[in-house]
Amino acid sequence: MAVPVFAPWEDPTQKPLIQFKGVTKRFGDFTAIDNQTLDIYTREFFALLGPSGCGKTTMMRMLAGFEQPTEGQILIGGIDMKGVPPNEREVNMMFQSYALFPHLSVWENIAFGLRRMGQPKDELEARVEEMLRLTRLTKFARRKPHQISGGQRQRVALARSLARAPKLLLLDEPLGALDKKLREETQFELMDIQEKTGTTFVIVTHDQEEAMTVASRIAVMDEGCVIQVATPATIYEAPNSVYVADFIGDVNIIEGAAKRAGTGYEITWAEGEAPLHTRKEEGEIVAIPEGGKAYLAIRPEKVAIHADKPQGVANAVQGKIIDVAYLGNLSTYHVRLANGTMVRAQTANTRRLALRPFTWEDTVWLSWTDTAAILLAE
Amino acid sequence: MRRFTWFNATSLTLGFAFLYMPMVILVIYSFNESKLVTVWAGFSTKWYGELMQNQAFLDAAWVTLKVGVAASTLATVLGTMAALVLVRAGRFPGRTLFSGMIYAPLVMPEVITGLSLLLLFISLGVDRGVFTIILAHTTFAMCYVSVVVSSRLVTFDQSLEEAALDLGCSAFTAFRLVTLPIIAPAVVSGWLLAFTLSLDDLVIASFTAGPSATTLPIKIFSAVRLGVSPEINALCTLMIAIVAIGVIGTSIGTKRAALRQKRDEQAAARATG
Repeated sequence: MAVPVFAPWEDPTQKPLIQFKGVTKRFGDFTAIDNQTLDIYTREFFALLGPSGCGKTTMMRMLAGFEQPTEGQILIGGIDMKGVPPNEREVNMMFQSYALFPHLSVWENIAFGLRRMGQPKDELEARVEEMLRLTRLTKFARRKPHQISGGQRQRVALARSLARAPKLLLLDEPLGALDKKLREETQFELMDIQEKTGTTFVIVTHDQEEAMTVASRIAVMDEGCVIQVATPATIYEAPNSVYVADFIGDVNIIEGAAKRAGTGYEITWAEGEAPLHTRKEEGEIVAIPEGGKAYLAIRPEKVAIHADKPQGVANAVQGKIIDVAYLGNLSTYHVRLANGTMVRAQTANTRRLALRPFTWEDTVWLSWTDTAAILLAE
Repeated sequence: MRRFTWFNATSLTLGFAFLYMPMVILVIYSFNESKLVTVWAGFSTKWYGELMQNQAFLDAAWVTLKVGVAASTLATVLGTMAALVLVRAGRFPGRTLFSGMIYAPLVMPEVITGLSLLLLFISLGVDRGVFTIILAHTTFAMCYVSVVVSSRLVTFDQSLEEAALDLGCSAFTAFRLVTLPIIAPAVVSGWLLAFTLSLDDLVIASFTAGPSATTLPIKIFSAVRLGVSPEINALCTLMIAIVAIGVIGTSIGTKRAALRQKRDEQAAARATG
């Protein structure tokens, strides 16, 4: 293989840069983080993903030192961070609001952290210029924050937090204030800068697309708990729960009773319908109690749509098209099955619109292979 | 709304007349030749000349200025500290009591504040003079300062201070380098308010002043009891002029700064758009 795969989490000899060990954080009666253990490795671009109020920001603020865990330990580089104030941590943070100092110029904003380190003047100036070049802000060095655009402000905030060359950079919803197009451009810029500087990045976001784009690994959180930590591909293709499957991307969930059948499972989902089949891929962990309640998760793009009953497929169900969402490059068909379950099937529009074969009220057949769906206990 | 009607014109005239008529009369009579306040005898600036010769008034003005600067500076420091605690410290036992107590002097009748301070100074055996007036003025002016500063601090983005801590500042350096420069306009207007209050105050000053120190309001009040003289009119005209220049200057300054900010922001938006 030409390029070695970056996966320190699979290498037992690697020591994690950040370790959460049984960390609990309570605010009064409210438990924000509930006994969580998590490792993050050097040079990772790690995303904490979840809906608002899931505790992701609290995790980040504990790393920065603005909050102390109620129980448990946080180690950075093997050292317990208990009682270490924010100004003594080799951690810098890029704030959601950017928190640029309005009374200082762009240059002075970037130099702010360096001045606190007592660097010699020429070194400091060289470092500021380097950061300005890295973030393409040289032209704006003398401007005040209110004299530049939102995208430029975002880059100043990034330059300022990177100037001290921290071991760990925390990014709190860094792209939330930018419009969609600029956000996409900036995502790639962030990845580029992360690679160039070799800094470990931890990003907090509620935008699953953003997390999928930038991160080496994603931790999906809900109500103070990390539900799954894995690479974007694993999170998408092999979610460990209905919550994760539903949170990341689009998914069809079919409820039923599972029964072992050969190398896979047979799922009875509606009376008078043929059972659905699923076969697990190697390495997948499916622990479904015999005959127990199970959920079958299938991504819409893995569901094929046919006019006639397809032959020789693992799963085929009949339904009626209720709605067609035309997105230009893709079309999503909302199909209602006989028992009322809605299933979405997505097809790429490789043909022109006029040649589209299906429309509202058509009776169609949906099919998917026995490895397309994943069986989940809950 | 913008249309001119007789009703609007009348209410405007009446309103302004109500506010400014007394002052206009005072200013006009300060240029009266005659010694009789109510009889006009031609234009003259002689009372301004006489005022400059009156050592008692000049001394009182000097005391007032000293008291004003010292008391408002002290009040600004203490009031800002109180505001920081009230806005930042979050919940602590007795917070409501503490904040209530800070604001209580705002609604306390001045006579009571003055009397209680007088009793305190007597029981401590402090000689009344410039020093006691400064203390008294600091006490009542700091509540006003803390109201002004805390209303600014409430809208202050706390992540700015966190960013400073994150970039290596101690709590005090973060305050000095980030918070203070940003809230400076509120602190300055708090100082100006405290200074004006100290300049105006008659009641508290008369309780806490001793024979060695008389402020201008006390001096004017006692002079007026012997009859209004054109000299007093001249003095009051000067005070009105100074205050007016101060107010107009500040408002022009703020307006210009706001315009500049708006222009800059528009330029920045155009540059990217």
